[in-house]
Amino acid sequence: MSEVICPDNVLIEIEADRILDTVMEMKNKGLRLSQACAAYINDKYELSYSFANEDTYEYTTLRVFIDKETKVCSITEFYPYAFLYENEMKELFGVNIEMINFDYHNKLYRIQTETPFLKKGV
Amino acid sequence: MGKTSIIPFGPQHPVLPEPIHLDLVIEDEKVIEAIPSIGFVHRGLESLVDKKDFNEMTYVVERTCGICSFMHGMGYCESVEHIMDIEVPLRGRFLRTIWCEMSRLHSHLLWLGLLADGFGFESLFYECWRMREKILDLFEMTTGGRCIFSVNKIGGVLKDIEDDMIKTILRVLNDMEKEINTIKKTFLLDYTVESRLKGVGYLSKQRAHDLGCAGPFARASGIRMDMRKRGYAAYAEIDFEPITSDIGDSYARCQCRIEELTQSIDIIRQAAAKMTQGEIAVMAKGNPKGEYFMRVEQPRGEAIYYVKANGTKFLDRMRVRTPTFANLPGMLEAIKGAQLADVPLLILTIDPCISCTER
Amino acid sequence: MANVKKSPWLLHYDGSSCNGCDIEVLACLTPVYDVERFGIVNTGDPMQADILLITGGINYQNQSIVKQIYDQMPRPKVVVAVGICACTGGVFKECYNILGGADTIIPVDIYVPGCAARPQAIIDGVIKAVELFQQRSDEHDALEKRKKRP
Repeated sequence: MSEVICPDNVLIEIEADRILDTVMEMKNKGLRLSQACAAYINDKYELSYSFANEDTYEYTTLRVFIDKETKVCSITEFYPYAFLYENEMKELFGVNIEMINFDYHNKLYRIQTETPFLKKGV
Repeated sequence: MGKTSIIPFGPQHPVLPEPIHLDLVIEDEKVIEAIPSIGFVHRGLESLVDKKDFNEMTYVVERTCGICSFMHGMGYCESVEHIMDIEVPLRGRFLRTIWCEMSRLHSHLLWLGLLADGFGFESLFYECWRMREKILDLFEMTTGGRCIFSVNKIGGVLKDIEDDMIKTILRVLNDMEKEINTIKKTFLLDYTVESRLKGVGYLSKQRAHDLGCAGPFARASGIRMDMRKRGYAAYAEIDFEPITSDIGDSYARCQCRIEELTQSIDIIRQAAAKMTQGEIAVMAKGNPKGEYFMRVEQPRGEAIYYVKANGTKFLDRMRVRTPTFANLPGMLEAIKGAQLADVPLLILTIDPCISCTER
Repeated sequence: MANVKKSPWLLHYDGSSCNGCDIEVLACLTPVYDVERFGIVNTGDPMQADILLITGGINYQNQSIVKQIYDQMPRPKVVVAVGICACTGGVFKECYNILGGADTIIPVDIYVPGCAARPQAIIDGVIKAVELFQQRSDEHDALEKRKKRP
C-alpha cells in the first residue's frame, strides 16, 4: 500500500479589494492556480480561485462575494494563464473583470445568448 | 529577418479529430506566436443543472467527453458523495478503480495511435487502435457500452464485474502487456520516431509549473503530481508511484504515457487481487447541501468537479475544469519557436480533448 | 461514373459532439471494423469528398463552418448524421448554445442513432450512403447527357 496524501480542502473568504494581495501571497508560496470559476447565487456572484500545491496536494480556495456591479481586478498579472478562466467568467456570467492581459471581449466561446448563466430577467 | 505572415490552422484539419482554431504567426517556417480561438464545441452543459436533478446530472456529466466518460461520471459522483457523506462500499470503489484504469489504457492507446498518425507512421497507428479495440471489448463485456458506459451512480456503481469476467480481463491484459512491449520498442527506439519527437516542444519544469500544466504533460517535465495519490476510489489500497521524466520534450511525453500503460495494467492486477465480495452501492437518501472540489486524475491530467448544492433536487452550480483547459497555455508556449510542420504534432502532445475543454 | 460506389471518399467533421461518436467513426476506419474494405477512403479535404459524416449538434459558432464545408463538397454528395446529437440535439438539446441536429442547417440524408453510435450502425449508415451516392451520381450523369444533346 502506498502513502495517501489527502489533506482537506481549505476555503478562505476574502473581501473583493484583497484579491490581488492574497493572490500574490499564493504566488509567493509557489502554488499553482488550479481553477477559477464564478457562480451566481442569491443575487451575488461567488468567485472561487483555487490554488494547488503540487507536492503536498493541499488545495486552497479563495472565495469572494461581490455584487453584480462591483468591478474586480484581473489576476493575470500574477498568473498569466488565468486569462482563459477570467474570459470565461466574463462571458458566461458577466462578471466585471478589468485588465485581463488577453481579453477576448466576450468572444471566447462566441455564444449568441448574453451571460447565459445568470437567471432570466436579471 | 523573414516576412511575417499569419496562417490559419483548423478548425477542420486532417490531423485533428476535433475542431480548434489557431492563428499561427510565422516568420519563414518558424512559429512566433499562436493565438487560439475556441468555442466550436461549446454546448453549455453546466447550465443544465437548472433542468436536470442531481441524479440525472451524472449522465449529463458523463457526456462531457466520450473518451474519459467514466472518469467524468465518477468525479461528479464522488463530489456529491462527499457532500452527502456517503461511504461507497469497498467493492464498488475497486470496480471504479478497474474501470478507471481501463479508461486510461484505452485513452493512452488512442493517443499513441493519433501521435503515430501525426508523424505519418500509419501501420503503428493501426497497431495501437487494434489493441485499443480489445479494451473496448472488455468494456462492452462488463458495462454494455463502448464509449459511454453510464455505470456510475451516486452511492456506487450499477453493475458488478463477475469473477469469470475478471479472469477474462486479466487474460486479455496479460496478452496485451506483451504487445505493449513490442510497440514500446518502436515508439522509443525507432530512429524515424526519435527524429520527429526528440527535442521538439521542450518545456522546462519551471515553465510547466508557471503555466499551470497538469497530467502526463506536466509529469514529462518533471512535476511529480498525480491526483491518484489522493486516494479516491480504491487507490489508497494500491501501490504505485507517479511516472515522471526530466527531459520535457515530446519524446518524454510519449515515454511517460507508454509507461503509464504498463502501470495501469499493474494497478488492475492489484485491484483484482485485493477485491473482496460485497455490496457495490448504497442508497443515497435526501438531497445534497454544501460544496466540494473533487480532483481526479484523468488520462489527460487533473480534472476538477465543483459541486455546490442548496438542499434541493437541483444544484446551484456544477463546474468541470478539464485537464486540456489547464494545458492550453502550455501548448501555446511549446508551439512558440517550433517549425510549422511540427505544429500538428505539438498540439497532439498535450492530448487535447476539445469537447472536454469547452463543455 | 458507372461504379462510383466502389470508391467514395469520406469526410468527417465534429460538430459539437462529446467525442464518443468521433472516436467510433475513427474506429470504423481502423482495423477490426475497417470500412476501407468497401473502397472508402478517409480524406481531410472537403473539395474531394463525396460523403460527409457529421457528429454532434450544431451550435452558433460552427454553423457557418458546417455550411461552408457542405458547400465546398462537389455535387453529388450525401450527408450522414452520426449519433443522436447530430440527429436531434440529443441530451444537449436544452443547452443554450445548441441549435439542434445537423439538419437545422444542411440537408441530411441518413440518420444513424445511438449514444454513442455503435460502429456496426455507422457502417450500416455509410453503406446506405454509398448506395444513395451511386443513385445520385447516375441521376447526375443522365442529366448531363441530356444537356449535351441538341
